[in-house]
Amino acid sequence: MSFKMMPLFFEELGNTLTMTFVSSFLAYIIGIPLGILLVVWARDGIRPMPRAQEALGMIINLIRSLPFLILLIAIQSFTRTLVGTTVGTRAIIVPLTLASAPYIARIVESSLKEVDAGIIEAAKAMGASTWQIIWKVLLPEARPSLLINAAIAVTTILGYSAMAGFVGAGGLGAVAINYGYYRNQNAVMWTAIIFLVVVVQIIQSVGMWLVKKTDRRVR
Amino acid sequence: MTELHGESIIRLCGLGKEFKGAQGAVRALTDINLEIIKGEIFGIIGLSGAGKSTLVRCMNFLETPTEGEVYYDGRPLSEMSPGELRRTRQSMGMIFQQFNLLEQRNVLRNVCFPMEIAGTPKAEARERARGLLKLVGLLEKEAAYPVQLSGGQKQRVAIARAMATNPKVILCDEATSALDPNTTKSILELLKEINQRMGITIVIITHEMSVIEAICDRVAIIGDSRIAEIGQVSRIFAGPKSKIGRQLILGDAAKQVEFGDGRLFRITFDGLASSEPVISNVILACKVPVNIMYAATRDIKGKAAGQMIIELPDNEADISRVLHYLDRAKVPCEEVGKNEL
Ligand SMILES: Nc1ncnc2c1ncn2[C@@H]1O[C@H](COP(=O)(O)OP(=O)(O)O)[C@@H](O)[C@H]1O
Ligand SMILES: [Mg+2]
Repeated sequence: MSFKMMPLFFEELGNTLTMTFVSSFLAYIIGIPLGILLVVWARDGIRPMPRAQEALGMIINLIRSLPFLILLIAIQSFTRTLVGTTVGTRAIIVPLTLASAPYIARIVESSLKEVDAGIIEAAKAMGASTWQIIWKVLLPEARPSLLINAAIAVTTILGYSAMAGFVGAGGLGAVAINYGYYRNQNAVMWTAIIFLVVVVQIIQSVGMWLVKKTDRRVR
Repeated sequence: MTELHGESIIRLCGLGKEFKGAQGAVRALTDINLEIIKGEIFGIIGLSGAGKSTLVRCMNFLETPTEGEVYYDGRPLSEMSPGELRRTRQSMGMIFQQFNLLEQRNVLRNVCFPMEIAGTPKAEARERARGLLKLVGLLEKEAAYPVQLSGGQKQRVAIARAMATNPKVILCDEATSALDPNTTKSILELLKEINQRMGITIVIITHEMSVIEAICDRVAIIGDSRIAEIGQVSRIFAGPKSKIGRQLILGDAAKQVEFGDGRLFRITFDGLASSEPVISNVILACKVPVNIMYAATRDIKGKAAGQMIIELPDNEADISRVLHYLDRAKVPCEEVGKNEL
């Protein structure tokens, strides 16, 4: 392996980060409302609709139980109509988002559930509407937990994006697979892996730093 | 009830609540009828699980009753639209045992919270919040977060928050139960001050008799999902009629109310102010049940004269407490034999 390969690593690092963050962002756009619905519609939620909640929960579980690679292949035609191709960084964002959204919905649900029922009760007693409780109580009070889980989620999605290297996505995962696995260039593979490890560490640390900085429950 | 004066702010009529759980139905309230009068401090006392929290939560429809009706300022809550109900709740403050402050908001923004809900302009809300923080003595803590406050300070913030929307009523569910006795005292004094200065009606739920004694005008004793008795605090304390009332007021002493081999004492009244309820004071101060065997007292120009024979349980500690108390109150008292009567 020569240093001439360095630009390649940085270019693929860019692809990895794009895939990870764009997919995470889109997955959150879908997952947050779903997570909110899971909490709000629950039997003991602020707008109980247990039937709808259970149905939603089942759909979420169903998508979550599909192996990522199967999902990726299963929705190829959908991906093609959406972005015009089924290979490359842009294309992988579609299945990555779809696979991550139900997972995000579940972790958002679990964060929101941590909010003390007494605080929600107090807001109700003050005449807060369902929307006001969601915006002014549930989300802000759950912020530290949402952030911790976001760090975990983003690193998990980064792992998925590396896996997607097998099926034509770019990124560091693809480098590790193409050079290391197929051509036996171990040095290249390990360099790509080290890049991935460092990125995961940075995301995790930034997440924790944000939590520490913004959580008002620590003095 | 002849002792009611004034207009009611909250009226409960035939109120009942049954929870339907997995293990069958739980009856929390049965046929509750009571009226809370504008400007009073009304206490509701009962043992744990009696239904107190459910009762207070029915008053603002946090819990929907399964029978009966709640009238707020004359209007039935069950007939209100969701929007009307929310506006009605804005005119009732509520404080809790666990304070329930928003942990990610500082003190000032916690007090602003109900005004945000009600749509009060921000600048106006802040100004009012500062005024309320001054009232509860925490203006210098406006930038602090709940985690940085003591229990008593948190409850003061909660009180300021409960007052933010200018409520007519403040509902308190075990508001002092998580606080030490001194802090409890100062919180109760604050509530009393708010009641007197602003005429805000206060409903206090508690399992502690001392809280009722300290600030309530009237009290309802609830046991086993029903109101056991209701009336002026002084009257109920002087002679609780219900079993649960005696248990709560007299404590363990009520358990040995068999006077089978009690001892008899003669109390002589000679010129003590007749307005002074000596016997009920003895009961309250000594927590000893007193059985009046015989009384011949007359009110002469506001002074009591005559004598009374009382029976006390045969318990050295109880008797010495009563005798000591009467001695200090300068009421002559001597033991009499059973056959002397
Ligand atoms: N949400 C609920 N579901 C089922 N049972 C309940 C619920 N809330 C209260 N209860 C039951 O109702 C009774 C009265 O409870 P509560 O009003 O909390 O009593 P208190 O405040 O006097 O301790 C208890 O037996 C309690 O278990
Ligand atoms: Mg309770």
